[in-house]
Amino acid sequence: MTNAASQVETTLDRIKGERRGALIGYLPVGFPDLDTSVEAAITMARNGVDIIEFGVPYSDPVMDGPVIQAACQQALSAGFHVDQIFEAIRRVRAEVDVPVLVMGYYNLILQHGVEQFAADLAAAGGAGAITPDLIPDEAGEWIAAAEKHNLDRVFLAAPTSSDERLKAIIESSRGFVYTVSTMGVTGARRDLDRAARVLADRLHDLGCEHACVGIGISTGEQVGAVLDYAEGAIVGSALVRALAEGGLESLAETTRSLAEGTRN
Amino acid sequence: MTHYRNAQGPYFGEFGGRFVPESLIAALDQLDTEWEAAKKDPAFVEELDDLLRNYAGRPSLLTEAPRFSQYAGGAKIYLKREDLNHTGSHKINNVLGQALLTKRLGKTRIIAETGAGQHGVAAATAAAMFGLDCTIYMGAVDIERQALNVARMRLLGAEVVSVASGSRTLKDAINEAFRDWVANVVETNYIFGTAAGPHPFPGMVRDLQKVIGEESRAQILEQTGKLPDAVVACVGGGSNAIGMFEAFLDDESVALYGVEAYGEGLQTDRHAATMNRGRTGVLHGAKTKLLQDADGQTIESHSISAGLDYSGVGPAHSWLQSIGRVEYRGATDADTMTAMRLLSQSEGIIPAIESAHALAGAIDLGRELGPDATIIVSLSGRGDKDMETAMNYFKLGDASRVVGGEL
Repeated sequence: MTNAASQVETTLDRIKGERRGALIGYLPVGFPDLDTSVEAAITMARNGVDIIEFGVPYSDPVMDGPVIQAACQQALSAGFHVDQIFEAIRRVRAEVDVPVLVMGYYNLILQHGVEQFAADLAAAGGAGAITPDLIPDEAGEWIAAAEKHNLDRVFLAAPTSSDERLKAIIESSRGFVYTVSTMGVTGARRDLDRAARVLADRLHDLGCEHACVGIGISTGEQVGAVLDYAEGAIVGSALVRALAEGGLESLAETTRSLAEGTRN
Repeated sequence: MTHYRNAQGPYFGEFGGRFVPESLIAALDQLDTEWEAAKKDPAFVEELDDLLRNYAGRPSLLTEAPRFSQYAGGAKIYLKREDLNHTGSHKINNVLGQALLTKRLGKTRIIAETGAGQHGVAAATAAAMFGLDCTIYMGAVDIERQALNVARMRLLGAEVVSVASGSRTLKDAINEAFRDWVANVVETNYIFGTAAGPHPFPGMVRDLQKVIGEESRAQILEQTGKLPDAVVACVGGGSNAIGMFEAFLDDESVALYGVEAYGEGLQTDRHAATMNRGRTGVLHGAKTKLLQDADGQTIESHSISAGLDYSGVGPAHSWLQSIGRVEYRGATDADTMTAMRLLSQSEGIIPAIESAHALAGAIDLGRELGPDATIIVSLSGRGDKDMETAMNYFKLGDASRVVGGEL
C-alpha cells in the first residue's frame, strides 16, 4: 500500500495554481491502429491537453455516441486486444509527462482480473481508470485494487443523481468526479446544458474538489465556458472526429483550438 | 425444504446487480420503487388482471399433446399455450404490466428492443392501446428476417429503428435502446423484453411472467391430479422460462429444464449456448453468463431463431444453474426445425421456432424419462412470424417436395 498523491489531482491543483482549468482529451486506443493512437495521444499532450483519457474499445459501449462507437468498432475489427492498452500507456508516458487515465467498461476489467488490471495499469504508468458502467455501489473490488496500486478511480455523476448518491460518488472517487453535463451519450452538442453548471455546483457544495465536465463539449469556447465553474473540461468525439477525418495534423489543430478555452 | 421463489434481486446468488451508467440509476430506482408499490396496490393488480383476462386472453390453455408424445418416448406432453395470447406470444404478459407502470410513472413514451419482433409487436400493441408514443429498436439483420413483424409494429403506430452497429441483432438493439433511455429518461420508460438487464428488470419481468407457471401448476393438478415430473422452456434472455419455472422452484419433485439454442452445433462457433459455453461477466447491466472472448468482448451468437439469438441471459438463470436447480440443455437448428414440423403435423399447432427448441428438448427428455413421465412444455409463441424461415428451410414453396411424408 502506498499513499502517494494522485497524478491527476496533482495536475489539476497545479493548473488551478496557474489560474486556469484543465483540458482532458479522449481517444480510443488502437484507432485507427495502435501506433497511430499512441502518436495521437502524444500529439494531444504536446498541443495543450493536460490529461489523456485513453478509451478501451468495447463491443457493447452503452455510454458512447456514434463517433466514438465507430472508432472503437474499427479498432476492434483491426484486432485490438486489451493488453495493448498497457503498451500504449507505457509508450505515451515515455514521451510526455501527462497523466493517462483509461476509460474502460467494466467487463473488460473484470475479465482481465480486477486486481491484475490495476497492477498492469500501475506498472504501465497509468494514473487510474474511468469506469462508465460501474457505479460505486458495485465497485468494491475495483476500489480496493485501485487503492492498493495507488490508482485514481473516476466515477460518473449525473444531473439526475440524488445528493446521497453524489456524496457516495465523491467519497468513492479519486482524481476527479466525471460530471456528466447532460442526459445523453457522448457526442458534440451545440448548446451545453445548464444542467452541467448546476451539477458542478452541487458537487462542489457537497465537498468535491475536482469536478470535470464531459459530454457534449466540442469547441474552445465551450471549454472556456465550462472552466468557469469546473476544474476540467473533457472532450472526446470532437478529437476522435478530427483524427478520423484529418489525421494527426488536424488533431493537433483541434487540440490547440480547444486548449485556447483553458486560458480565458 | 429450500425456498427459491420470489428472489427479488438486485442479486440472484452472485449474479445480477446494476452495471449501468450513473445517468440511468435514478430511472432504475424510480422503476424499482414504483414496481414494488404497484404490485402491492390492489387497484393496479386488478387493472392488470383485467387486461390479462379481457385483452390478452388469459388464462391460456394447457393442452395435452398425445400424438406429439409418441415422438417423445410416450411421455405425456402438455403444452402451455402462450401462443394463444393476444399478439401470439408470452411477451404480452410483461408488456401490459410495464405499460401500466409507465402510466403510473406519468411517462408518455415507451421504448423497447426486439429480436424476433414478438416483444416489439407486444410493446407496440400496448402503446397503441394506452396511447403512448413508441419506438422499437431492432437489429438490421433481424429486421430483414422478421419483415412481417416489422410491418405489424409499423401498422400499430410504432417507429421501428434499424440498428446497424455491432452484430446488428438483439444485443445491439438493447445497447441502442439504453442510449435512447439515457438521453430521454424524463418522459420515456424502457420496457425491457426479457428477464435480463439491470435491477429491477430481471425480478420485475419474472414477476410479470410467473403467471405462466402459476397457471400451468394449477391446470396440471386439475387435469392429472399431480405435479409434472418435468417442466421445459426455451431460453434466450429467458423470460418465458423464468416465468414458467418460478411456480415450480420449490417443488423438489419437479425437474426443470431450460433449452438454449445450439445453432449449428456446440462444436462450431455458430450457437447461442450462453449457459453451456459462456462464462460469468457483465453485459447489459447485469453480472451473468455470457458468450465472450478472453478479453471480455461479447461474441456474437447464432440461432435460426432471432428470439434466442442473444449472447447473454437473465441473471436468475445463471443463478439457478449454479445451484443446480435448473438444468440447461440445448437444441440445434436442425433438431429444432424437426420438432417444429413434428408438432405442426401431429397436433395441428405451428410453434414459434423459439418454442420449438423447448419441444426438441422435450423429445429428448421424454425418451429419457419414459412413458410414465408427465412433462409440461412452455409453448411460448406461435409460428406465424417464422413462416418465411420455415418455407425456406423445408422448401414449402417447392411443389415437387412433400414435406413430412415420413411422419
